[in-house]
Amino acid sequence: MSTNDRLKNVFAYALDLDGDTDIESLRYREIDKWDSLGHMALVAAIEDEFDVQFDTDQVIDMNAYKVAYDMLRELGVGE
Amino acid sequence: MTIAADPGASAVRDFVFARTQDDRERHLLPELRRLTEHHRANCAPYDRVLRALGVPAGDPGARIADLPWLPVRLFKHHDLASVPADAVFKTLTSSGTTGAEVSRIHLDRQAAADQTRALSRTLQAVLGGRRLPMLMVDTPSVVKDRRSFSARGAGVLGMAGFGRDHTYVLDADGRPDPDAVARFLTAHGNAPFLVFGFTFMVWQYLYEVAARHRFDLSQGILVHSGGWKKLADRAVDNATFRARFAADTGLTRIHNYYGMVEQIGTVFVEGPDGDALYCPDFADVVVRDPVTWAEQPVGVPGVIEVVSALPRSYPGHVLLTEDLGVVHGVDDGHWPGKRFSVLGRLPRAEARGCSDTYAESQGDKPA
Repeated sequence: MSTNDRLKNVFAYALDLDGDTDIESLRYREIDKWDSLGHMALVAAIEDEFDVQFDTDQVIDMNAYKVAYDMLRELGVGE
Repeated sequence: MTIAADPGASAVRDFVFARTQDDRERHLLPELRRLTEHHRANCAPYDRVLRALGVPAGDPGARIADLPWLPVRLFKHHDLASVPADAVFKTLTSSGTTGAEVSRIHLDRQAAADQTRALSRTLQAVLGGRRLPMLMVDTPSVVKDRRSFSARGAGVLGMAGFGRDHTYVLDADGRPDPDAVARFLTAHGNAPFLVFGFTFMVWQYLYEVAARHRFDLSQGILVHSGGWKKLADRAVDNATFRARFAADTGLTRIHNYYGMVEQIGTVFVEGPDGDALYCPDFADVVVRDPVTWAEQPVGVPGVIEVVSALPRSYPGHVLLTEDLGVVHGVDDGHWPGKRFSVLGRLPRAEARGCSDTYAESQGDKPA
Protein backbone atom coordinates (compact mmCIF):
# COMPACT_ATOMS: atom_id res chain seq x y z
CA MET A 1 0.00 0.00 0.00
CA SER A 2 1.27 3.50 -0.75
CA THR A 3 2.11 5.91 2.07
CA ASN A 4 -0.82 8.05 0.96
CA ASP A 5 -3.27 5.16 1.29
CA ARG A 6 -1.86 4.05 4.62
CA LEU A 7 -1.94 7.59 5.98
CA LYS A 8 -5.53 8.07 4.85
CA ASN A 9 -6.47 4.85 6.61
CA VAL A 10 -4.81 6.07 9.79
CA PHE A 11 -6.67 9.41 9.61
CA ALA A 12 -9.95 7.59 9.01
CA TYR A 13 -9.71 5.28 12.00
CA ALA A 14 -7.82 7.55 14.42
CA LEU A 15 -10.31 10.39 13.89
CA ASP A 16 -13.29 8.06 13.34
CA LEU A 17 -14.16 9.75 10.04
CA ASP A 18 -17.16 9.05 7.86
CA GLY A 19 -16.41 7.13 4.67
CA ASP A 20 -17.11 10.09 2.39
CA THR A 21 -14.78 12.52 4.19
CA ASP A 22 -12.34 14.33 1.89
CA ILE A 23 -9.29 13.53 3.99
CA GLU A 24 -6.76 15.35 1.85
CA SER A 25 -8.43 18.69 2.43
CA LEU A 26 -8.89 18.24 6.19
CA ARG A 27 -7.49 20.89 8.49
CA TYR A 28 -7.00 20.73 12.25
CA ARG A 29 -10.07 21.92 14.18
CA GLU A 30 -12.20 22.34 11.06
CA ILE A 31 -14.20 19.29 12.05
CA ASP A 32 -15.23 18.35 15.59
CA LYS A 33 -13.44 15.02 15.47
CA TRP A 34 -10.07 16.57 14.77
CA ASP A 35 -9.86 18.56 18.00
CA SER A 36 -7.02 18.45 20.53
CA LEU A 37 -8.18 15.07 21.82
CA GLY A 38 -8.45 13.63 18.30
CA HIS A 39 -5.06 15.10 17.51
CA MET A 40 -3.36 13.10 20.28
CA ALA A 41 -4.99 9.90 19.00
CA LEU A 42 -3.98 10.76 15.44
CA VAL A 43 -0.34 11.47 16.29
CA ALA A 44 -0.04 8.22 18.25
CA ALA A 45 -1.69 6.24 15.44
CA ILE A 46 0.59 7.69 12.75
CA GLU A 47 3.65 6.96 14.90
CA ASP A 48 2.51 3.36 15.38
CA GLU A 49 1.66 2.78 11.73
CA PHE A 50 4.91 4.18 10.33
CA ASP A 51 7.21 3.45 13.28
CA VAL A 52 8.34 7.07 13.55
CA GLN A 53 8.56 9.59 16.39
CA PHE A 54 7.47 13.18 15.97
CA ASP A 55 8.94 15.90 18.16
CA THR A 56 6.89 18.53 19.95
CA ASP A 57 7.12 21.10 17.16
CA GLN A 58 5.95 18.56 14.60
CA VAL A 59 2.95 17.66 16.72
CA ILE A 60 2.03 21.34 16.90
CA ASP A 61 2.67 21.99 13.21
CA MET A 62 0.70 18.98 11.97
CA ASN A 63 -2.44 20.91 11.10
CA ALA A 64 -3.40 19.32 7.78
CA TYR A 65 -3.26 15.97 6.03
CA LYS A 66 -0.68 17.22 3.56
CA VAL A 67 1.56 18.48 6.36
CA ALA A 68 1.50 15.06 8.03
CA TYR A 69 2.33 13.41 4.71
CA ASP A 70 5.29 15.72 4.10
CA MET A 71 6.59 15.12 7.62
CA LEU A 72 6.55 11.37 7.04
CA ARG A 73 8.48 11.81 3.82
CA GLU A 74 11.04 13.97 5.65
CA LEU A 75 11.39 11.23 8.25
CA GLY A 76 12.36 8.85 5.47
CA VAL A 77 9.07 7.07 4.84
CA GLY A 78 8.86 6.12 1.15
CA GLU A 79 6.07 7.00 -1.26
CA MET B 1 -9.26 43.20 11.41
CA THR B 2 -5.75 44.48 10.87
CA ILE B 3 -2.79 42.39 11.83
CA ALA B 4 0.24 44.62 12.08
CA ALA B 5 2.60 41.90 13.19
CA ASP B 6 2.57 38.27 14.16
CA PRO B 7 3.44 38.29 17.86
CA GLY B 8 3.90 34.53 17.82
CA ALA B 9 6.74 34.94 15.37
CA SER B 10 8.23 38.18 16.59
CA ALA B 11 7.85 37.64 20.32
CA VAL B 12 8.90 34.03 20.63
CA ARG B 13 12.43 32.99 19.84
CA ASP B 14 14.21 29.73 20.30
CA PHE B 15 15.34 29.85 23.90
CA VAL B 16 12.87 32.08 25.69
CA PHE B 17 14.65 32.73 28.97
CA ALA B 18 17.45 34.83 27.52
CA ARG B 19 16.71 38.54 27.94
CA THR B 20 18.09 40.71 30.71
CA GLN B 21 15.65 43.14 32.22
CA ASP B 22 16.98 46.11 30.22
CA ASP B 23 16.91 44.11 27.03
CA ARG B 24 13.40 42.89 27.82
CA GLU B 25 12.18 46.43 28.50
CA ARG B 26 13.71 47.63 25.23
CA HIS B 27 12.17 44.86 23.11
CA LEU B 28 8.88 44.45 24.89
CA LEU B 29 7.84 48.05 25.48
CA PRO B 30 7.34 48.99 21.79
CA GLU B 31 5.38 45.78 21.22
CA LEU B 32 3.20 46.42 24.24
CA ARG B 33 2.60 50.03 23.21
CA ARG B 34 1.56 48.85 19.76
CA LEU B 35 -0.69 46.20 21.30
CA THR B 36 -2.32 48.83 23.52
CA GLU B 37 -3.17 50.93 20.45
CA HIS B 38 -4.31 47.83 18.56
CA HIS B 39 -6.72 46.91 21.34
CA ARG B 40 -7.95 50.51 21.67
CA ALA B 41 -8.73 50.54 17.97
CA ASN B 42 -10.43 47.14 17.95
CA CYS B 43 -12.08 46.77 21.35
CA ALA B 44 -14.39 49.68 22.18
CA PRO B 45 -14.91 48.80 25.87
CA TYR B 46 -11.12 48.66 26.36
CA ASP B 47 -10.78 52.07 24.75
CA ARG B 48 -13.50 53.43 27.08
CA VAL B 49 -11.60 52.15 30.12
CA LEU B 50 -8.39 53.81 28.93
CA ARG B 51 -10.22 57.05 28.18
CA ALA B 52 -11.73 57.00 31.66
CA LEU B 53 -8.23 56.51 33.08
CA GLY B 54 -7.03 59.49 31.05
CA VAL B 55 -4.50 57.47 29.05
CA PRO B 56 -3.53 59.62 26.05
CA ALA B 57 -4.08 58.02 22.63
CA GLY B 58 -0.82 56.88 21.11
CA ASP B 59 1.16 57.26 24.34
CA PRO B 60 0.18 54.60 26.87
CA GLY B 61 3.39 54.76 28.92
CA ALA B 62 7.15 55.24 28.78
CA ARG B 63 8.00 52.09 30.76
CA ILE B 64 6.41 48.66 30.97
CA ALA B 65 5.40 49.49 34.54
CA ASP B 66 3.64 52.66 33.33
CA LEU B 67 1.30 50.87 30.92
CA PRO B 68 -2.39 50.84 31.90
CA TRP B 69 -3.58 47.49 33.24
CA LEU B 70 -6.93 45.80 33.34
CA PRO B 71 -8.01 43.94 36.46
CA VAL B 72 -8.28 40.29 35.52
CA ARG B 73 -11.77 40.27 37.04
CA LEU B 74 -13.01 42.45 34.18
CA PHE B 75 -13.01 39.40 31.90
CA LYS B 76 -15.68 37.87 34.13
CA HIS B 77 -18.07 40.74 33.70
CA HIS B 78 -17.38 41.85 30.15
CA ASP B 79 -16.89 40.15 26.82
CA LEU B 80 -13.67 41.81 25.75
CA ALA B 81 -12.47 40.93 22.27
CA SER B 82 -10.36 42.74 19.71
CA VAL B 83 -11.56 40.60 16.82
CA PRO B 84 -15.03 40.54 15.25
CA ALA B 85 -17.38 37.91 16.65
CA ASP B 86 -17.29 35.89 13.42
CA ALA B 87 -13.49 35.58 13.65
CA VAL B 88 -13.64 33.97 17.09
CA PHE B 89 -12.36 30.45 16.68
CA LYS B 90 -12.24 29.32 20.27
CA THR B 91 -13.60 30.74 23.52
CA LEU B 92 -11.81 29.68 26.69
CA THR B 93 -13.32 29.89 30.12
CA SER B 94 -11.47 29.99 33.41
CA SER B 95 -12.00 27.35 36.00
CA GLY B 96 -14.26 28.45 38.79
CA THR B 97 -16.00 27.06 41.79
CA THR B 98 -19.61 26.16 41.15
CA GLY B 99 -21.73 29.25 40.70
CA ALA B 100 -18.72 31.52 40.50
CA GLU B 101 -18.37 33.70 37.48
CA VAL B 102 -15.86 32.62 34.86
CA SER B 103 -13.71 34.63 32.50
CA ARG B 104 -14.37 34.31 28.81
CA ILE B 105 -11.34 34.68 26.56
CA HIS B 106 -11.83 34.87 22.81
CA LEU B 107 -9.18 33.63 20.39
CA ASP B 108 -9.13 33.86 16.63
CA ARG B 109 -7.28 31.25 14.62
CA GLN B 110 -4.01 33.16 14.71
CA ALA B 111 -4.18 33.79 18.45
CA ALA B 112 -4.94 30.13 19.13
CA ALA B 113 -1.91 29.06 17.11
CA ASP B 114 0.30 31.72 18.72
CA GLN B 115 -0.56 30.68 22.26
CA THR B 116 0.15 27.00 21.54
CA ARG B 117 3.49 27.86 20.01
CA ALA B 118 4.46 30.23 22.83
CA LEU B 119 3.63 27.65 25.50
CA SER B 120 5.58 25.08 23.56
CA ARG B 121 8.66 27.31 23.24
CA THR B 122 8.51 28.11 26.93
CA LEU B 123 8.22 24.54 28.16
CA GLN B 124 10.78 23.27 25.68
CA ALA B 125 13.31 25.37 27.58
CA VAL B 126 13.03 22.81 30.38
CA LEU B 127 11.79 19.73 28.51
CA GLY B 128 13.72 19.87 25.25
CA GLY B 129 12.11 19.26 21.87
CA ARG B 130 11.74 15.51 22.10
CA ARG B 131 8.47 14.11 23.35
CA LEU B 132 9.16 11.98 26.39
CA PRO B 133 7.07 9.15 27.81
CA MET B 134 4.54 10.87 30.03
CA LEU B 135 2.96 10.19 33.37
CA MET B 136 -0.27 12.14 33.85
CA VAL B 137 -1.17 12.68 37.48
CA ASP B 138 -4.86 12.59 36.76
CA THR B 139 -7.62 10.26 35.66
CA PRO B 140 -8.31 9.51 31.98
CA SER B 141 -11.90 10.50 32.73
CA VAL B 142 -10.98 14.21 32.63
CA VAL B 143 -10.39 14.00 28.90
CA LYS B 144 -13.11 11.51 28.08
CA ASP B 145 -16.06 13.64 27.14
CA ARG B 146 -14.85 16.14 24.55
CA ARG B 147 -18.03 18.20 24.84
CA SER B 148 -17.50 19.02 28.49
CA PHE B 149 -13.85 19.39 29.27
CA SER B 150 -13.25 20.89 32.65
CA ALA B 151 -10.44 23.39 33.04
CA ARG B 152 -8.46 20.47 34.39
CA GLY B 153 -9.18 18.37 31.33
CA ALA B 154 -8.11 21.25 29.11
CA GLY B 155 -4.89 21.54 31.09
CA VAL B 156 -4.16 17.83 30.76
CA LEU B 157 -4.85 17.87 27.03
CA GLY B 158 -2.82 21.03 26.54
CA MET B 159 0.16 19.25 28.03
CA ALA B 160 -0.37 15.88 26.35
CA GLY B 161 1.37 17.02 23.16
CA PHE B 162 4.65 17.36 25.04
CA GLY B 163 4.70 13.63 25.77
CA ARG B 164 4.04 10.20 24.35
CA ASP B 165 2.85 6.84 25.69
CA HIS B 166 0.64 8.63 28.21
CA THR B 167 -0.03 6.75 31.41
CA TYR B 168 -2.53 7.98 33.99
CA VAL B 169 -1.71 7.72 37.70
CA LEU B 170 -5.40 7.49 38.64
CA ASP B 171 -7.89 5.01 37.23
CA ALA B 172 -11.15 6.00 35.54
CA ASP B 173 -12.85 6.27 38.94
CA GLY B 174 -10.19 8.61 40.30
CA ARG B 175 -8.43 6.04 42.49
CA PRO B 176 -4.63 5.82 42.53
CA ASP B 177 -3.36 3.02 40.29
CA PRO B 178 0.11 2.03 41.60
CA ASP B 179 0.26 -0.92 39.20
CA ALA B 180 -0.06 1.41 36.22
CA VAL B 181 2.75 3.58 37.59
CA ALA B 182 4.89 0.51 38.23
CA ARG B 183 4.36 -0.72 34.64
CA PHE B 184 5.20 2.74 33.29
CA LEU B 185 8.41 2.85 35.31
CA THR B 186 9.41 -0.64 34.19
CA ALA B 187 9.02 0.41 30.56
CA HIS B 188 10.30 4.01 30.74
CA GLY B 189 11.83 4.67 34.17
CA ASN B 190 15.46 4.27 33.13
CA ALA B 191 15.53 7.26 30.79
CA PRO B 192 14.09 10.77 31.08
CA PHE B 193 10.31 10.88 31.30
CA LEU B 194 7.79 13.65 31.81
CA VAL B 195 5.35 13.98 34.69
CA PHE B 196 2.49 16.47 34.62
CA GLY B 197 -0.26 17.33 37.07
CA PHE B 198 -1.89 19.92 39.24
CA THR B 199 0.18 20.63 42.32
CA PHE B 200 -2.08 19.23 45.02
CA MET B 201 -2.86 16.11 42.99
CA VAL B 202 0.84 15.55 42.34
CA TRP B 203 1.40 15.68 46.07
CA GLN B 204 -1.60 13.67 47.14
CA TYR B 205 -1.53 11.01 44.45
CA LEU B 206 1.97 10.83 43.04
CA TYR B 207 4.16 11.70 46.03
CA GLU B 208 2.24 9.65 48.54
CA VAL B 209 1.90 6.62 46.25
CA ALA B 210 5.51 6.78 45.04
CA ALA B 211 6.89 7.16 48.55
CA ARG B 212 4.83 4.26 49.88
CA HIS B 213 5.78 1.96 47.00
CA ARG B 214 9.37 3.20 46.91
CA PHE B 215 9.09 4.11 43.24
CA ASP B 216 12.24 5.51 41.64
CA LEU B 217 11.32 8.78 39.89
CA SER B 218 14.90 10.00 39.54
CA GLN B 219 14.68 10.18 35.73
CA GLY B 220 11.49 12.21 35.84
CA ILE B 221 10.94 15.85 34.91
CA LEU B 222 7.90 17.15 36.77
CA VAL B 223 5.89 20.10 35.50
CA HIS B 224 3.11 21.20 37.82
CA SER B 225 0.79 24.12 38.46
CA GLY B 226 -2.33 25.10 40.31
CA GLY B 227 -1.30 26.77 43.53
CA TRP B 228 -0.45 25.79 47.07
CA LYS B 229 -3.68 26.71 48.80
CA LYS B 230 -4.89 23.14 49.19
CA LEU B 231 -1.51 22.00 50.45
CA ALA B 232 -1.19 24.71 53.07
CA ASP B 233 -3.42 22.61 55.37
CA ARG B 234 -0.85 19.85 55.13
CA ALA B 235 1.97 22.27 55.80
CA VAL B 236 3.46 21.53 52.41
CA ASP B 237 5.11 24.50 50.74
CA ASN B 238 7.33 24.54 47.67
CA ALA B 239 10.53 23.84 49.62
CA THR B 240 8.97 20.89 51.44
CA PHE B 241 7.47 19.59 48.21
CA ARG B 242 10.85 19.60 46.48
CA ALA B 243 12.78 18.24 49.45
CA ARG B 244 10.37 15.35 50.07
CA PHE B 245 10.21 14.37 46.40
CA ALA B 246 14.01 14.38 46.22
CA ALA B 247 14.50 12.41 49.43
CA ASP B 248 11.75 9.83 48.99
CA THR B 249 11.49 9.31 45.20
CA GLY B 250 14.71 10.73 43.73
CA LEU B 251 12.76 13.26 41.67
CA THR B 252 14.74 16.52 41.53
CA ARG B 253 13.91 18.08 38.17
CA ILE B 254 10.78 19.93 39.23
CA HIS B 255 9.29 22.98 37.53
CA ASN B 256 6.30 24.70 39.01
CA TYR B 257 4.66 27.19 36.66
CA TYR B 258 2.26 30.10 37.00
CA GLY B 259 -0.21 31.20 34.37
CA MET B 260 -3.85 31.99 33.83
CA VAL B 261 -6.42 31.56 31.13
CA GLU B 262 -6.73 35.34 30.81
CA GLN B 263 -3.19 35.33 29.40
CA ILE B 264 -3.31 31.93 27.76
CA GLY B 265 -0.01 30.65 26.37
CA THR B 266 2.12 32.72 28.75
CA VAL B 267 3.55 30.79 31.68
CA PHE B 268 6.14 31.79 34.25
CA VAL B 269 8.37 28.82 34.95
CA GLU B 270 10.33 27.78 38.01
CA GLY B 271 14.03 27.72 37.23
CA PRO B 272 16.21 24.63 37.53
CA ASP B 273 17.36 25.67 41.02
CA GLY B 274 13.78 25.82 42.29
CA ASP B 275 14.43 29.27 43.71
CA ALA B 276 11.79 31.28 41.87
CA LEU B 277 9.57 31.73 38.82
CA TYR B 278 11.12 33.30 35.73
CA CYS B 279 9.52 35.31 32.91
CA PRO B 280 9.79 34.15 29.30
CA ASP B 281 11.28 36.80 27.00
CA PHE B 282 7.91 37.90 25.67
CA ALA B 283 6.53 38.52 29.17
CA ASP B 284 7.23 40.30 32.43
CA VAL B 285 5.76 40.86 35.88
CA VAL B 286 5.30 44.02 37.91
CA VAL B 287 4.56 43.70 41.63
CA ARG B 288 2.47 46.63 42.88
CA ASP B 289 1.72 48.23 46.21
CA PRO B 290 -1.96 47.41 46.87
CA VAL B 291 -2.63 50.93 48.16
CA THR B 292 -0.65 53.27 45.91
CA TRP B 293 -0.28 50.85 42.96
CA ALA B 294 3.33 51.98 42.59
CA GLU B 295 5.84 49.30 41.65
CA GLN B 296 7.22 47.63 44.77
CA PRO B 297 10.97 47.41 45.32
CA VAL B 298 12.65 44.00 45.16
CA GLY B 299 11.78 41.97 48.23
CA VAL B 300 8.54 43.78 49.09
CA PRO B 301 5.33 41.78 48.48
CA GLY B 302 2.41 43.18 46.53
CA VAL B 303 -0.17 42.44 43.86
CA ILE B 304 1.14 40.69 40.75
CA GLU B 305 0.62 42.29 37.34
CA VAL B 306 1.37 39.99 34.42
CA VAL B 307 2.52 41.42 31.11
CA SER B 308 2.76 39.56 27.81
CA ALA B 309 3.18 40.44 24.15
CA LEU B 310 0.99 37.46 23.22
CA PRO B 311 -2.66 38.56 23.64
CA ARG B 312 -3.77 40.04 20.35
CA SER B 313 -7.39 38.93 19.99
CA TYR B 314 -8.40 40.29 23.41
CA PRO B 315 -6.92 43.09 25.55
CA GLY B 316 -5.08 40.84 28.01
CA HIS B 317 -1.52 42.05 27.48
CA VAL B 318 -1.31 43.92 30.82
CA LEU B 319 -3.37 42.36 33.61
CA LEU B 320 -3.55 42.98 37.32
CA THR B 321 -4.06 39.57 38.92
CA GLU B 322 -5.66 38.78 42.26
CA ASP B 323 -2.47 37.10 43.45
CA LEU B 324 0.12 38.32 45.91
CA GLY B 325 3.74 37.93 45.00
CA VAL B 326 7.23 39.22 45.48
CA VAL B 327 10.17 39.85 43.16
CA HIS B 328 13.26 38.29 44.70
CA GLY B 329 15.80 39.74 42.33
CA VAL B 330 16.53 41.03 38.83
CA ASP B 331 19.17 39.50 36.55
CA ASP B 332 20.67 37.63 39.51
CA GLY B 333 19.32 34.10 39.07
CA HIS B 334 19.72 31.04 36.86
CA TRP B 335 18.03 32.88 33.98
CA PRO B 336 18.02 36.66 33.35
CA GLY B 337 15.12 39.00 34.10
CA LYS B 338 12.95 39.16 37.19
CA ARG B 339 12.58 36.16 39.44
CA PHE B 340 9.55 36.05 41.69
CA SER B 341 7.26 33.94 43.83
CA VAL B 342 3.50 33.77 44.14
CA LEU B 343 2.56 34.08 47.81
CA GLY B 344 -1.14 33.33 47.53
CA ARG B 345 -4.46 34.89 46.67
CA LEU B 346 -5.48 38.37 47.66
CA PRO B 347 -7.63 37.96 50.77
CA ARG B 348 -10.85 39.13 49.16
CA ALA B 349 -10.47 37.26 45.89
CA GLU B 350 -12.85 34.33 45.54
CA ALA B 351 -11.38 30.85 45.70
CA ARG B 352 -10.47 29.83 42.22
CA GLY B 353 -8.13 27.40 40.54
CA CYS B 354 -7.94 24.44 38.23
CA SER B 355 -7.36 21.97 40.99
CA ASP B 356 -10.27 23.29 43.02
CA THR B 357 -12.70 21.70 40.61
CA TYR B 358 -11.33 18.30 41.53
CA ALA B 359 -12.51 18.17 45.12
CA GLU B 360 -15.92 19.37 44.04
CA SER B 361 -16.50 16.90 41.27
CA GLN B 362 -14.66 13.86 42.59
CA GLY B 363 -14.51 14.25 46.34
CA ASP B 364 -11.23 14.23 48.19
CA LYS B 365 -10.65 10.49 48.17
CA PRO B 366 -7.99 9.09 50.44
CA ALA B 367 -4.90 7.97 48.60
